[in-house]
Amino acid sequence: MATTEDYVFVREGEEPILAPPPGEVGAIGWLRANLFSSTTNAILTILGILFLVWIVPPLVKWAFIDAVWTGEGREDCIVEGTGACWAFVEAKFAQFMYGRYPIAERWRVDLTAILLVAGLVPMAIPQVPFKRENGFYLLAAFPIAALILLTGGDFEFPWSIVGFLVIAGALATGFVAGAMTEAPAARIATVAVAAGVVLAIASLAMPDVRVPLGGRSLSASTLVVGLCAAVALVAGAVAILATPGRPGSGLLWPVWAGIAAAAAVLAVLSTDFGLSYVETQLWGGLLVTLVVAIVGMVTSLPAGVFLALGRRSKLPVVRFCSIVFIEFWRGVPLITVLFMASVMLPVFLPPGVNFDKLMRALIGVALFTSAYMAETVRGGLQAIPRGQYEGAQALGLTYWQMMRMIVLPQALKIVIPGIVNSFISLFKDTSLVLIIGLFDLLGIVQLNFADSNWASSKTPATGYVFAGFVFWLFCFGMSRYSMYVERRLDTGHRH
Amino acid sequence: MAVHEGVTGHPARGSRASLIYDPKVRGIVFQAVLAVVLIGFFAWIATNTIENLRRANIASGFGFFSERAGFDVSQSLIPYTLEMSYGRAFLVGLLNTLLVAALGIVLSSIIGFLVGIGRLSKNWLIGRMATVYVETLRNIPVLLQLLFWYKAVLSVLPGPRQGYTLPFASSLSNRGLIVPRPVFETGFGVTVIAVVVAVVAVIGLAQWARRRQMATGQRLHALRYGLAILIGVPLLTFLISGSPLSFEYPELKGFNFVGGIAIKPEFLALLAGLTFYTATYIAEIVRAGILAISHGQTEAAYAVGLRPGTTLRLIIIPQAMRVIIPPLTSQYLNLTKNSSLAVAIGYPDLVSVFSGTVLNQTGQAVEVIFITMLVYLSISLATSAFMNWFNRRVALVER
Repeated sequence: MATTEDYVFVREGEEPILAPPPGEVGAIGWLRANLFSSTTNAILTILGILFLVWIVPPLVKWAFIDAVWTGEGREDCIVEGTGACWAFVEAKFAQFMYGRYPIAERWRVDLTAILLVAGLVPMAIPQVPFKRENGFYLLAAFPIAALILLTGGDFEFPWSIVGFLVIAGALATGFVAGAMTEAPAARIATVAVAAGVVLAIASLAMPDVRVPLGGRSLSASTLVVGLCAAVALVAGAVAILATPGRPGSGLLWPVWAGIAAAAAVLAVLSTDFGLSYVETQLWGGLLVTLVVAIVGMVTSLPAGVFLALGRRSKLPVVRFCSIVFIEFWRGVPLITVLFMASVMLPVFLPPGVNFDKLMRALIGVALFTSAYMAETVRGGLQAIPRGQYEGAQALGLTYWQMMRMIVLPQALKIVIPGIVNSFISLFKDTSLVLIIGLFDLLGIVQLNFADSNWASSKTPATGYVFAGFVFWLFCFGMSRYSMYVERRLDTGHRH
Repeated sequence: MAVHEGVTGHPARGSRASLIYDPKVRGIVFQAVLAVVLIGFFAWIATNTIENLRRANIASGFGFFSERAGFDVSQSLIPYTLEMSYGRAFLVGLLNTLLVAALGIVLSSIIGFLVGIGRLSKNWLIGRMATVYVETLRNIPVLLQLLFWYKAVLSVLPGPRQGYTLPFASSLSNRGLIVPRPVFETGFGVTVIAVVVAVVAVIGLAQWARRRQMATGQRLHALRYGLAILIGVPLLTFLISGSPLSFEYPELKGFNFVGGIAIKPEFLALLAGLTFYTATYIAEIVRAGILAISHGQTEAAYAVGLRPGTTLRLIIIPQAMRVIIPPLTSQYLNLTKNSSLAVAIGYPDLVSVFSGTVLNQTGQAVEVIFITMLVYLSISLATSAFMNWFNRRVALVER
């Protein structure tokens, strides 16, 4: 008799897993899933392949296989059947980078570039500490250093600017002391301020009388106003220091810090470092592209923040002015702005005052970009919930404290991708300066097409591809970096 | 606030100090200072300008508009000779700007939508090709692209004799694109009227079909009938009225073409550059718009039994358009503003004709630049007014 053991099958282990059908995995599976999943897709794939076959081999042939890599002049490039004339780029490379900057002085441009990279790289890597100091270096120290290195420094400033600033600071000190303290000295300060302001206004209508003073002459009105300011400063300082709690010192120290900083910057800029003067006419190539782009970025960011705050301000005059400024510059093409800067700016200034061409372009670009930056920043400000503003006000913060410590850090964080996008547009837009006769990278490449040693039908394509590649490298790099920051800062506030 | 001061015990401190801390007073003082500074600044600019213009002996005012222009314009939509006025030249430039902007907007929208949808395609190859296109051309300045098309592509094409022959007796050479010129004979007006009638009929049909579907649930393939009417009616009219349209074909005589319409290389380069550049931005806008619609919408549509095509048409696209249209409009505006780069390649647009030639001839920089900016500014402001209206209309009403 058969026992159950004889015919009952008891499974003791798992069956081996069967391999998936050959059409679902590997190269064929991938092809079926990604290229031939339906009839439409198959047709699209075939059309795409045909298009690539039509366009890629000739491009590769032109750019690499048939290209002329070395050569002395156009004779090497006009040979029938050759492709890109890279020898042209090789021969002109230094010009494409520096323009006509004197060869002996080009180390200064290199040094500026090194200083820039030294500031940018740690700024761009989130893990590196000292971001505040780094930002100060990039926004304040580096621009001054670059200005001195590139132009040669040793600027001549009328030192009366500092004198006027000091007088204004002294009058402000006297005014604040008079308004905020009850000390007897405050009365003297108030009287001195009033006298100083009245005299200053009156002197505008009076003939200029010069008074000899220690070798040079000084205008009599300046002297009198200066004396009033000195009295106001001393009396005001005494009044504030004598009152407990020193009221007003919180208002005054930024004023004096600003004056000191301005004087220090002027002193540095007018120091002779022994560098020879290189006029901006000689600058060109990537140097000009980067100068225009970086000056635009450095000026447009703070200007944009102030304009955005102005547009959201409760003060009607401030809001109105901000809106008009923003909408005007955003409504017109950059090329008309540059035309205006190059043609109309000299008309707007007093006769005899003149900026050089680069400076005019920089002013135009800065005005134009600030308007776009303002709209980007405003987007961030609008994204901050009302509770943040109300919380800050409930803590008793002033407007600027609230903006500086609560709102702007959050708002700017949100709009970093937008800011980088504005920077990318600005970088591309720098190429427009060639229309008003500056030689940026694109301008100098174009200029060299006319060089009789290299002029051929292949030179333009080669030069444009090279310039396009350089622009692409910068813009693509920036956009990738912005995507990286966006992912990093994405704190999951999405739904 | 005498009571308050009495309570806190600082009766003497104050009235003057509180003035400085009063936000209202501060606000008024600050705004007054700003207003005075700005007015002073503009007054300073105005005095300088008047002084400079007087010194340079430049006339002011807008009288130059009616003076004889005396220069030729290479492309004009309206009759123009060098005997005509600066005002006419201004109009020619403005029309040329609008022409290239309108064509560029249409073409870049078509390419942009195709590429944007292509980037989202499940087809790997199409997705990659679209990505490469967008990431390359978007990161290269549009001015460089214009110059590339003009100087590196169109200018180095062979001459008219060796040019590329295209269908419909057209040809592409370094003289530009030569196409046959349509000649409208008498009686063509009937066909035009037929087109108008067909369009009106199709709109009426669509509305009727929609109302019927709402009332009875029965669907009518309005698209099919509509297309039939739209093509059939004008075609029939055209044939019945004896085909009153012929073409003047370009002929090669000597070294150039005679007859036909020559589309100048400047125009082609500008159009190609603007179109391919703006299309990359439109593609990104379309992609972002479609991605912004949450996947739940698609799943819900499938759950109620809609097919993928219908889902796209009835569920995804209407919602995506709400996201797409505002940035799309600003791209159209950018394209219009970028068309001013025509000055770099010599296409006679507004900036090139007016801020270029007219400015050089009259020397009236202030007026000329002011008018040019005003034109672009009014286009921009009109567009943004439209955008605000549109946003209010389609905005989701929450809470």
